[in-house]
Amino acid sequence: MRKFKEFLIEKLILICGLASIFFVVLIFLFLLKEGLAVFKTVSPAKFLLGSKWYPISEPPQLGILPLILGSLLVTLGAAVISIPIGVASAIYIAEVAPLKLKEILKAGIELLAAIPSVVLGFIGMVTLVPWVKNIFHLPTGLTALSGSIMLAFMAMPTIVSIAEDALYSIPKSYKEGALALGATRWQAIWRVMLPAASSGILAAVMLGLGRVIGETMAVMMITGNAAVIPHSILQPTRTLTATIAAEMGEAVVGSEHYFALFAIGIVLFVISFGINVTADIFLHKRKW
Amino acid sequence: MNIQVDNLNLWYGDFHALINVNAAFTEKQITAIIGPSGCGKSTLLRTFNRMNDLIEGVRTSGQILIDNENIFGPETDLVTLRKKVGMVFQRPNPFPLSIYENIAFGLKIHSSVNRNMLDEAVQLSLQQVDLWDELKDKLKKSAFSLSLEQRQRLCIARLIAVKPEVLLMDEPCSALDPQATARIEELMRELKRNYTIIIVTHNMQQAARVSDETGFMLLGELIEFGKTEEIFTTPKDKRTEDYITGRYG
Repeated sequence: MRKFKEFLIEKLILICGLASIFFVVLIFLFLLKEGLAVFKTVSPAKFLLGSKWYPISEPPQLGILPLILGSLLVTLGAAVISIPIGVASAIYIAEVAPLKLKEILKAGIELLAAIPSVVLGFIGMVTLVPWVKNIFHLPTGLTALSGSIMLAFMAMPTIVSIAEDALYSIPKSYKEGALALGATRWQAIWRVMLPAASSGILAAVMLGLGRVIGETMAVMMITGNAAVIPHSILQPTRTLTATIAAEMGEAVVGSEHYFALFAIGIVLFVISFGINVTADIFLHKRKW
Repeated sequence: MNIQVDNLNLWYGDFHALINVNAAFTEKQITAIIGPSGCGKSTLLRTFNRMNDLIEGVRTSGQILIDNENIFGPETDLVTLRKKVGMVFQRPNPFPLSIYENIAFGLKIHSSVNRNMLDEAVQLSLQQVDLWDELKDKLKKSAFSLSLEQRQRLCIARLIAVKPEVLLMDEPCSALDPQATARIEELMRELKRNYTIIIVTHNMQQAARVSDETGFMLLGELIEFGKTEEIFTTPKDKRTEDYITGRYG
């Protein structure tokens, strides 16, 4: 009887474990099936590199280059803002801050991660957007820059906490060795600690950016949603994610538009997958 | 360079770790500090380059004169002090950089140096610790590809590169096998021609083999200090005798 119970529990756990894989595979297959259908009418090259996204004109023009560039531009902007600030605060928390301040800062970073993206979106909309508009004398503040700034807030918690972990896990003996040679605290950080933690910090950056590229709500609310190839960060843009979210509701099931949106999903999947795999490689890179 | 310790007391919070230590360390010889674990010998060693400053809640009183200058004085610059008084740790702790960069590190942080000066200093330092012939073709390799003994030698080379005057060694052989230990001890004898060496060790035989003078510590006090020969053959204090004959420790 007891053996049977063990057996039952074991199998039950096994099924739960397999279920997650099963669902991932199902989702992936569904995505592929619906997404690849678009290539019956548009060639992959035309889809990826076409510069016009007019999905409901007749015949529909399904080029997602503006959307890809929009996503990349917003992500790049967010990276430029969040990486230096994120890594710097990780260094501060891990190495410089006194114990009490350290706890407060870590709690603050976690709180930042807990803010729902839609909340960040509307806060950005009422505060940041007018500000961008006034400073740069633009017709509208709904720009890629506004999106980048808000997304930087979303990437920061991931970057800070993982980079801080990476710095914290470096053996204390490296720092002692550097200080004992007469290095200043900054020299020890810059020349020894950072190189030692570099793979962890790169992983932190990748995971932070992975979060940014998949983010939808905030960018949809504040980037202006114009599906044109962006020439400047001060223009309205539209990202891959925002396109799916905004248009899926009105796309006729089975239409080219509908299939194209799924194909965008595949593109996003590939990008996120690439970023996560890169991060993983950095994380598991042989430690020194 | 002589080191003079006067009425040194040190507390970790409420714990009185060093109690009224007085000693004079003679230049260009090896002084060993022995004693059972927790007696304060490492703590004493780490006051000479003020590494204890890294620990929160440490207080000291008394003074340590190095070059007739009190290292606890307000004018003491930690960078200068630690450049002058270098330290070798219990576990070899090379940086996660190449062999070359490990040695170049100290030079780069203290002065602006060009490539030629670096190359020269790297070679000279490695020669002094007898690593040059083994490693001259592998300078770009990670310091972590080395054996424990080579790592410890590399750490000594890294120290020598910044031209210190005092070498503090905190159980430098405790991670090494007996053959490697013997070779490091040999190296220490060579180094004492140019450097004042203070070594902390729980290994009495090691102290007897390499040192000129020995101090015995117990529960934070320096019980006895004198010529190594005398400490090991005719100790004046009963507690020293008990420790040396293995009655505790």
